[in-house]
Amino acid sequence: MKPLWVSDIEVLFAAVWRAKQDFLYRKRGDRPERGIKMSATLKERDSFILYNDKSERGLACNQSSVSGAVSQRACVYCGARVVLNPVADAVHIVHGPIGCASYTWDIRGSLSSGPELYRNSYSTDLGEQDIIFGGEDKLKAAIDEAVKTLDPSVIFVYATCVVGIIGDDIGGICRAAEKQYGIRVIPVSSSGFAGTKTSGYKAACDAMMELMGEPESDSERDPLTFNYLGDFNLAGELWILKNYFDEIGIDVIATISGDGRCEDLKRAKGAAHNIIQCAGSMHYLASKMEARYAIPYTQVSFFGLDDTIESLEEIARLTGSDAVMERVQRLVARKTAEVEPVLDRYRQRLSGKTAAIYVGGGFKAISLIKQFNSLGIKTVMVGTQTGRPSEYETIKFLSDMGTVILDDANPSELKHFITEKGADILVGGVKERPLAFKLGVAFIDHNHERKHPLAGFEGAVNFAKEVDLTVNSPVWDMAREGF
Amino acid sequence: MSRNFVSMNVNPCKMCMAMGASLAFKGIEGAMLLMHGSQGCSTYIRRHISTHYDEPVDIASSSLNEKDTIHGGAKNLKHGLKNVISLYDPKVIGVLTTCLTETIGEDTAAIVDDFKKKHGIRDIDIIPVATPGYGGSHYEGYYAAVREMVRYYAGPAETHEGVNIITGWMTPAEVRELKRILALLEIDAAILPDISDTLDEPYSGAYHMIPAGGTKAADIAAMAGARATIEFGLNVPPALSPGAWLEQNYGVPLHRLPLPVGLKNTDAFLATLCNIAGCELPKELKDERGRLMDAMIDSHKYNAEGRAALFGDPETVYAAAALCLENGIDPVIVATGTKNDSFTKEVRELTGFPPKAHVLADTDFETIQTLVREEGVNLLIGHSDGKFVEEKEGVPLIRIGFPVHDRVGAQRQMHIGYMGTALLLDRTANALIQAKHSGFRQELFDTFYRKTEARGA
Repeated sequence: MKPLWVSDIEVLFAAVWRAKQDFLYRKRGDRPERGIKMSATLKERDSFILYNDKSERGLACNQSSVSGAVSQRACVYCGARVVLNPVADAVHIVHGPIGCASYTWDIRGSLSSGPELYRNSYSTDLGEQDIIFGGEDKLKAAIDEAVKTLDPSVIFVYATCVVGIIGDDIGGICRAAEKQYGIRVIPVSSSGFAGTKTSGYKAACDAMMELMGEPESDSERDPLTFNYLGDFNLAGELWILKNYFDEIGIDVIATISGDGRCEDLKRAKGAAHNIIQCAGSMHYLASKMEARYAIPYTQVSFFGLDDTIESLEEIARLTGSDAVMERVQRLVARKTAEVEPVLDRYRQRLSGKTAAIYVGGGFKAISLIKQFNSLGIKTVMVGTQTGRPSEYETIKFLSDMGTVILDDANPSELKHFITEKGADILVGGVKERPLAFKLGVAFIDHNHERKHPLAGFEGAVNFAKEVDLTVNSPVWDMAREGF
Repeated sequence: MSRNFVSMNVNPCKMCMAMGASLAFKGIEGAMLLMHGSQGCSTYIRRHISTHYDEPVDIASSSLNEKDTIHGGAKNLKHGLKNVISLYDPKVIGVLTTCLTETIGEDTAAIVDDFKKKHGIRDIDIIPVATPGYGGSHYEGYYAAVREMVRYYAGPAETHEGVNIITGWMTPAEVRELKRILALLEIDAAILPDISDTLDEPYSGAYHMIPAGGTKAADIAAMAGARATIEFGLNVPPALSPGAWLEQNYGVPLHRLPLPVGLKNTDAFLATLCNIAGCELPKELKDERGRLMDAMIDSHKYNAEGRAALFGDPETVYAAAALCLENGIDPVIVATGTKNDSFTKEVRELTGFPPKAHVLADTDFETIQTLVREEGVNLLIGHSDGKFVEEKEGVPLIRIGFPVHDRVGAQRQMHIGYMGTALLLDRTANALIQAKHSGFRQELFDTFYRKTEARGA
């Protein structure tokens, strides 16, 4: 026990020291006494950011978000919901408290040509008592009610954070319901914390694999049959592409998951080829289907003229049919003649601008760099939420020296690098839009909520039009001039 | 039963507690938010708030994963706080819990204390609020957060002439209107929360990660010495009411009022203010009242044909119901997704409320949509999630409340006070006029012309 006066001196000393530190803090504008330094980027994020130097050094990716960094990513549940929800004739029940179902109700622009069950958001709406005593009874009752009222052939049950913790046996309940009702009731392992958004994509893919079921005995596959994976029919993009497929004479069995149908998913295993648009979400499903049903897969992209043409030709090659190739060439010639003059006009108005990209998946980013290139726009920053190592390699290959490449960026970094690079345009999702506008930077909506198609020949024109209408808007002149 | 489906909520008419709490913290000066839980909560909430106000909305997350969940999230939370401080330099950090952290039983307050001690933090107020998604809706979350702020800051204070105002469900433009009215009455007020600048920031070419404005900590601290508190929250459970806390602990008289939307609700607000401060209504406000009365008369015949369904948070819906009643619009369906004990009773007690009307708490849009069809509703008044009913039933939706993410201008909507009420009435009347004018030729032709022809033949 120290004598009293010693501790008094300590207190006094501490007070003087604090006052000095506070004075310094005010003077210098930082806060040394906390041992927490202010910065625009966090040190532990360094390995997720690089300036393209065309070297071997790779970018860190596919890891958990850094706590407190304000990641633009969502969660496992979100990943599962965006990938699976477009299956239009299934009932999608969200097992958990209300928020998860509320925030995902009909917010995406996935269109259906028929049933609209998927546009409803069904929730078990768990309350405090359910958390204490378990939510199993509520889920059972919800499934009973869904079967009786909506008569679905398939129900998907999404797990949310709490059910992973309170230990509801969703799998057991789903199996029992399948037995009782003779329909498919499929659990989706989408507890929010159990991984990243990418894990959610996988959970949705696993649920679809479950629906596809056992492989069938080997029968001859028609080389003209395809499944088209990773298109969510945002703003009818899938329909644009299906028109092409019809014209070139290939038969699409299942579209996954845009304008999706449960019966088509069940028949998907009979296709000769899988083609994938959104690799981030569907690479996993394609490789699973290859392993299980021996369906080979090919990556395609219908964003931008070059990719669209290349992809159609690739599909023709896959069929091995000269007739298909001939029809592709005719379609490409006709469509190119239609859109090239229009794109030329835009090129003149856009050439020399600079773009920053921050999107969900790596493949979309790659397509965007190419599209910007074709419009004479240089990409100065590229980031994604869930890009894969190979995609970042391609990005490094496609983009110029000095281009900033980011994985799982946050507002602080976006602000920093958009400003540093002096980008004229940002392309991104809903949350990035106001950030760009505050900086006086034009913005392209490349998200799931958009209402205009960006795929195919028609989409390439829409894209150029959107770039033009934002970057060449008169508002920016006034914003720059001030009063 | 307040819902058609017994075991499910179909097309939710409510959001989670953390959403409401986030909205509240956005009105505090220098505030940043950190959600303690999995990554998605913050992202969903950011998206909703951001599209409503068309402003950047940054909310950090402790980004818990499976491993953290097993071992407890303390490390992540502390790490997150440190990073938030590095990147944002906040004066205040609201730490909101989520379904996940509440279920695993995190002692958030203790973790925060520990963090503050370890880093010697004295100049940042870190305020934890319990906001489990299963504990209530965004409505309860909002008041829970405001109450925690008051509890955090308010202590014994010198009595002063000022008035406390808990704004509740107002837009930035409405908070500015509130300030204008208070200035006209020469009343000093602590406005909590104040989103007038933080969620409607003027363009400057810069992105301020924490925008200027918001209620100052010192003003909250002085609330205990105020003459009275006015809380726009008629249906707030007493245990969540910031005003009730100030009354119980510091004897600040509480006046709980409906949102000042509609003539009578605005009268009640101004009368309360004048009673507290002993002031007279200035000519400017009397004129505004006269103009509203004039507007009400101008549009009463159009409004009289309105059969409305109202939905949203309990306060917005209650105020809209009062507005409908005083203008001859029939409030056929009055609904909130929030489970609330007083809502149904308060609405039914409104003067002239039709006994046959449906008043529903804890309901969903599936139920509202069915009733809209059955009751021949021709006007929807509520937030954007009513767009589904609007699309399916072909009934126009007047978008008010939160969220409005499929239109621009939610931050500028101004429907409080006499002026704001008149603007809202214009919208209801014009929607009804639009419907009538675009359909009357065909309707009259179909109803009468062919019949006359048939008789003639």
